[in-house]
This record gives sequence, C-alpha cells and structure tokens, in this order.
Amino acid sequence: MPAKTYVKSKINGEDTEFLVEPRQSLLEALRDVLQLTGSKEGCNDGNCGACTVMLDGRIVTSCLVLAVESNDSEITTIEGIAGPEGLHPIQQAFLENAALQCGICTPGFIVASKALLDREPNPTEDRIRFWLANNLCRCTGYDKIVRAVLDASQKMQVATK
Amino acid sequence: MTSTYEPNVVLSEKQFDVIGTRPIRHDGADKVTGRAKYGADFQTSDLLYGKMLRSPHAHAKIKSIDTSAAERLDGVRAVVTSKDFPAATEDKIIKLGEGAANVRYLKEAVMARDKVLHRGHPVAGVAAINPHIAEEATKLIKVEYELLKPVLTAPEALEEDAPILHDDLRTGGFGGKSGDKPTNLENHVQYIKGDVEKGFAEADLVIERDFNTSTVHQGYIEPHNFTAHWNTDGRIHIWCSTQGPFEIRDGTAEILDLSESEVQTTPMEIGGGFGGKFSPYGAPIMAMLSKKTGHPVKIVWTRTEEFESTGPTPGSYVKVKMGATKEGKITAAKAYLAYEAGAYPGGMVDPGAQCVFAPYDIENAHVDGLDVCVNKPKTAAYRAPGATNAEFASETVVDELAEKLGFDPIEFRLMNAAKKGTRRVDGPIFPRIGLVEVLEAMKNHPHSNTPLDGPNKGRGVAVGFWFNAGESSSATISVNSDGTVGLTEGSPDIGGTRTSLSMQAAEVLGIPVEDVHPTVVGTDEIGYTMGTGGSRVTFATGWAAHEAAQDVKQQMIKRAATIWEVNSDSVEMDKGVLKSKEDPSLKMTFKKLAGELTDTGGPIMGRGTVNPKGVGGAFAGNIVDVEVDPETGKVDILRFTCVQDAGKAIHPSYVEGQMQGGSVQGIGWGLNEEFSMTADGRMTNSTLLDYRMPIAMDLPMIDTVIVETANPGHPFGVRGVGEVSIIPPPAALANAINQAIGVRMDRLPMNPTAIMEACWSK
Repeated sequence: MPAKTYVKSKINGEDTEFLVEPRQSLLEALRDVLQLTGSKEGCNDGNCGACTVMLDGRIVTSCLVLAVESNDSEITTIEGIAGPEGLHPIQQAFLENAALQCGICTPGFIVASKALLDREPNPTEDRIRFWLANNLCRCTGYDKIVRAVLDASQKMQVATK
Repeated sequence: MTSTYEPNVVLSEKQFDVIGTRPIRHDGADKVTGRAKYGADFQTSDLLYGKMLRSPHAHAKIKSIDTSAAERLDGVRAVVTSKDFPAATEDKIIKLGEGAANVRYLKEAVMARDKVLHRGHPVAGVAAINPHIAEEATKLIKVEYELLKPVLTAPEALEEDAPILHDDLRTGGFGGKSGDKPTNLENHVQYIKGDVEKGFAEADLVIERDFNTSTVHQGYIEPHNFTAHWNTDGRIHIWCSTQGPFEIRDGTAEILDLSESEVQTTPMEIGGGFGGKFSPYGAPIMAMLSKKTGHPVKIVWTRTEEFESTGPTPGSYVKVKMGATKEGKITAAKAYLAYEAGAYPGGMVDPGAQCVFAPYDIENAHVDGLDVCVNKPKTAAYRAPGATNAEFASETVVDELAEKLGFDPIEFRLMNAAKKGTRRVDGPIFPRIGLVEVLEAMKNHPHSNTPLDGPNKGRGVAVGFWFNAGESSSATISVNSDGTVGLTEGSPDIGGTRTSLSMQAAEVLGIPVEDVHPTVVGTDEIGYTMGTGGSRVTFATGWAAHEAAQDVKQQMIKRAATIWEVNSDSVEMDKGVLKSKEDPSLKMTFKKLAGELTDTGGPIMGRGTVNPKGVGGAFAGNIVDVEVDPETGKVDILRFTCVQDAGKAIHPSYVEGQMQGGSVQGIGWGLNEEFSMTADGRMTNSTLLDYRMPIAMDLPMIDTVIVETANPGHPFGVRGVGEVSIIPPPAALANAINQAIGVRMDRLPMNPTAIMEACWSK
C-alpha cells in the first residue's frame, strides 16, 4: 500500500490537515477522508460537474485534481456556501424557482453559479448557459436552473445597492 | 375553448387552499447545502469497499475463473463468483415493480454463470479495505473465455443463422411458449382491431416508412450504489439509491433464495433514475461479500459501468403503414416493432405496441411487437418505456399524411383524436382523456401563431400517449402536540414528491403544507409501496396520504365529539377548524385539539393503504422550431413548447419540471444520444464526454402549458406527469427538420451525420 502524504489546506475557511494516498483525488479526500460529502461523484472524469469546487478562486472538477495538489490552497465546497445567517441567495433562488429535482447535480451548479456571479453580477441568459455548460443535469432540462441564476443575480444586485 | 391564450388550461371547477400552490420543497434546504445523504454518501463502521470484475467480451463461454492471486493481495478480504450464489432455478416469474421478472434470468444477469452475454456482464466481485485495492484485485482474477460471435441489433438477431444467446429460449406470447428451435425472439405480441386490409383499401393515400432508433441510456447523474450488511442474525440490510426499495428487497431475496423479510432496504436519497434504478444489480453481490467477511460492503458504479452494465433502453426497428382519406380520416394503421430486449428476456416492446397508435381513433389496425435478445445489457425502463420509439415512427407518418393531404398537422390530429369512448387498438376503451384539450392548447398557443421566417428553419409538432401506473402505496400520519403532523411514506423522492404528497395531506387536514413533515422510509417501516415509477407517486402514494389524512380527520372529529360530549356525526372539520354543526359555541382549531390529545384518550395516527384502479392516461404535445445548418447538418432548437395534460397539477412548478426534463431527454434521444458500438459489441462512447447528453448551452427555455382535465379516478384529479413528455420530441424535431430542409428523417439520433446523409440521398 502506498505511503500517505500530509496535506494542509484551508477548506471553507478552516485550516484543515489530512493524510491521503498520492493516487487519491481531491474529491475522494473531501468525501471519504473529510466526510464533506456534499460534492458528488457522477463520472470521475471531469465531464458532469457534480464535484465542482472552488480552488484558489478557480472552479475545478475536484475529481480531476489530486488531493496532494491541494496542499497550501484555499478550497470552497458546497458546505461553505451558506453561512450562519442562512442560505446564500443562489441557494434560496434554487429553492424558490424549483431548480432541482433529484438534487444530485445541485451542489455543483450552485458552486459554479456562485463563481459566475462573483465575477459577473449581471450575466445574460446566454452567458449563464455557456458558463454552466460543464454541469450536467438530467432532470430539469436546465430551464429552472437558468431562471434561478437570473433571479439570484437580480436579488443580489438589489441587495448590494 | 376560446381563442385567447391562457398560460395554463385549467378545466377543473374546484378551488383548493394548498393544491395548485408552489411551496418550497421540504427536502430543499438539505439539497442546496449538500447535507442530503445519497447512497454513495452512506458510511458505517467496519465498512469494506467492493469492486466488480466484468466481461470484456460481448458474447463468450466462461471456461475457468482463477481468483487465487486476487485473494492473496494485501487488503483484500473476499472474492465471490457465481459459484458462491444459489444455483439458477427453473423459470420462476415474480412480480417486480411495474412488470414481471424471471428469477432464473435475474440470477444470471447479476452474476454470469457459464456464459457472458454482454460486455460489462459481472463475472466476480471483490471486497477490500479500500476501493483502489479492490480494483487492483479485480485485475489479478484470471478468466479464460471461449469467444462467441455477438449479435447487436434486433433485426440481425432475428435472422435465420444469427448467433443464439440462450439455447433453451423459446418464443413467449400468445399465452405460452412456442417453437422447438432455439431463437432470440423472446416475446411476440399482436393487437388486431377491425380489418386492416379493408381499411387500406378505403384510403386515398397510404404511406409506409421504416425507422431505426439507437440504444440510449437513462443517463441519471448519480451512479448506482449499494451497501449491504449480512448480519449475524441472518438478516441482510441494504442501503442504496433506488426507485424501488421493495423491488430491491424482493429481487435480492429471490436471487439469494431468501424470504423477502430476511432482507431490509433503507432508501437513501436518489440522484435520478428515470426507470433505470429498480434492478438489484450489486445488492446481492455486496450481501454475499458481507456474508463472507462479516463486514458491511459498499460499492459505487463507475460511469462506464453504468453504460455497459445498467439500463439501457432499447434500440429498435419500427415499420409503420398508415392510410387516410382525402377528407382527412385515418382508415387503417399497421405497425411492426422489433425491439432489443438486451441480454435477457423481458423487453419493452409490449407497451410500445400498445401506445403506437393510441392517440388516434382508428377503426382498422394491426400491430406486431417483437422483443429480441441481443448482446447488450438487459434493457431497463426509461420514462414511458417503449413508447418513444413507437410514437416517433407513427407521429412522423401521421405528419406526412397531413402534409400530403394538405391539412394543418394539428388540425389533422384533432380530426382523428382519441377521446372518451375510443377503443384503443390493444383493447381498452379510453375513459375521460385530454388529448383534444392538449391539441386545442397547442393550436391556440402564441408559438403556433408566430411566423417563422428564414431559410433552413422549420416548425414541427407531435403528440404522445402514456398509460401511467397505479399499484400499491402506503402512508401514515402522526399528529404532533403543536398541531403539525408527520407524514411517513415509502416512495423515494426523485423530484419533489415529499411535497406533492404533503400538499394532498395538508389539503384534507386544512393546515399549511409547512406543518406537514414528510419522511421517506424503508421496507421495515411502512406497508408495501411500489417503486417511484410509472408516474405514480403523486397519484397513488398521494392517494395513500389523502387516505391517511382522512383517517386522522375522522379520529380528530371523534375526539372533539368526546370532549364536547356530543355525537360525532354532529361534528365537522373544515379548513383546520373542528366545529359542531348544531352548537356554534363548540369550536376548536386542529392545532388546539392536537395539544390536548394526550389527556383526552392518547395520540392519533392515521393510515392509508391503496391500490387504486382509476389510473388516468396522459397526453403531451410539442411545438418546436429548428434551424438546420445545411453545411454541417447541425440542428439548433430555436423555440420549444410542451403542452401536457396533468389531470390536476398539485405543485405546478414540479409538474413543469417533469415536462421540461422529459422534453430535454426526448431532445437528447432525438438529436444526439446513441450507444456507438463496434462489431464485436464494445461501446466506444461510454463516458459523459462522448455520450453527449444535452447541456445548458444546447437549449432554449422550455415553455410549458399545463392542461388540467381532471382524472375522475383520483380524489384530486391527478393523472401523473413523470413520463409522457419524453415521447413527442423526437417526432416533433423530425417533422420540424422536414419543414426546414425537406427531408423526412427515419433514424435516431438525427445527428449531423444522419442529417447530411439524408440530404445527400435526397
């Protein structure tokens, strides 16, 4: 069995230390080592987006990042989106717009949508569809997801005015 | 109907307080924060991890299996092969979910015995201390195969000298088995109405076309997962993401020669199913690995395992011939459907044969349906199983009839539409249905009345019919002292049904839906509940919740009568208030009485168990505008409208969601999705990059119109909405492509290659 490697990174604002085998992905480390099971595995080859997390300000599919690569980095997962004050406006918009059915793709969509709205507070429908092209949803046909992101964008802009 | 456009067509006169509103779903907070526990998230102490060894060949005899090197690998705890499982029995047909299953084939499909019948067929299972070691161990298992020639499509498998999958298979159908020669034809159904040759003689125009459709996959984002623990007391506990906890229990018990109550299934949250998550697959294998090791064992399928070893839904060959008079009456229709069953009998052709002409009132018809074994995974249901293939063909021919006879395609369908009293080709007489209302809504929709200008653009329409299902469901309701209630039910929530059931209970009790706390439980905790399929949960389990709420209501009325010392007949409960019909001073809210239950006779629980027969069939229709790139053959969807009869939309947002999701699955089936197979039976596109399902960028908004022609067979008029929306898109797209570039497409998917080939051969 391969020896484990020490990794220290900041996950959802907390300094976190853990041991992983070199072959383990960041997704495996999050789910199996740290019990942060909100990031989902749908394909394990970067094509479904269910494991999307923020790594040092970039969105990545965590199944394609080795856990050892995340040493000294800052990671935000779905567990870090809501705060003690409650849901993030994107999460609230997903609920109010019925933008989820089975919910397995939802964490990835919410992390990816937050990354978009953090950069571009007022995206068009086309821009949202392009940005979310790496997140697969098989239940909704995307309609209500796109509407939820548009809705969240509007509400977040009103809130910051 | 007026010609003014209403966003939704509500024909029900009844007013409701909760039903028809759009509350936030009860499991919503858990699902947007990542807290909801799906099967792959399940953890328990002492857990081992499983991995499967699967056949690399589509058709081969297993000569020998040597597991010794795998067993010696450090970290490996057990290896199982077919010899660890109870021997295959003779044919034994059991009811499993919506259909029947032959236990003998269930056993062989779960773990290959003498032969492998598709690439991906399980050959051995390994349990180890982590999934990586388990995977390494599978590579150390030596299997010696004798290769056989595979056969991959239904027409090829029906040829005289085709390779045979099962030497002892004889054709079923017509009430028994027939023939004395080995065959791949496992079932032949036939429906005849009137005199089809006479009908064709009466027609002024007869059109006959052949169609081929590719094998496609349900494509849920969450792979199958199973954790099983065979306890020292002899009982097996399974945790998994499934549409049918009771089907997993019953199927696993049959495969392991156990009684159903020796197996307990706890359903975790489920990440999509669409009909594909009913089969036990890995559950009995994990159970056997658990028995050998004494530990619980968990497995999560890879995406390639999903494509090569689960689902898919059948590829097919369909021939349709229809005739009509110049006045626009369809006089005769004939169909021949040959569907892939996959490696084992039990295919989907029968529902396809029953649906193929169901939208129309046709006097003379003849339908043959053939289910054929081929060297692909055993097919599974996929949203209106069997109907999409069949109605793609018939709706294309109907469209061509309308075009050539000079009728508007919606008008032509209206002229021939089935309605209450129409006898279907397969026998049943339609009760109240809403096809005419769906077609009228399509006709009146702004989409139909907006000009579509420019070259290579076209508009198409199509409709679809699906039965929906009833079957058994159970629910209980307990009253809390603060006036809220707990609703316990057995239908895994795949798209908001906790809420659509809670809304029906809340409506009966006259309390806010937020005061109903729903929980989905397992097979030890609730009465038998057939799985989440057949568009049945809001219909049947909703009815069970309605019954349980009625039971609570009656008990609350009795309790109030006891407290007031009056006859319970004189007490009523309306909008959450109990009151005497005779004495206006006797009045108490549901909430107040709930707080007094303990001291006035004890707690109150209601129960509801149903097996409803009044299933309401559903129709959906599409209007779609496309633009075809004449140089590449790529089809862009410019506008898409889905109209569907829901009977009654309990939670309109989630009804729209079913319509939109089914439409987009139909679009994927129509334009892009296929199992790309090599001649030796290997799928070349078994990843989500290469099996290209629709992404957000491919699509416009999916406009919806909910039509409500109440189903008289349900307390609130529900028909069920989960499936029918997948049926019309491929035909609507084909008809739009014809309008755009003047070619009639006869195969799915209609990808750029297919479109260009059709253009070149025009």
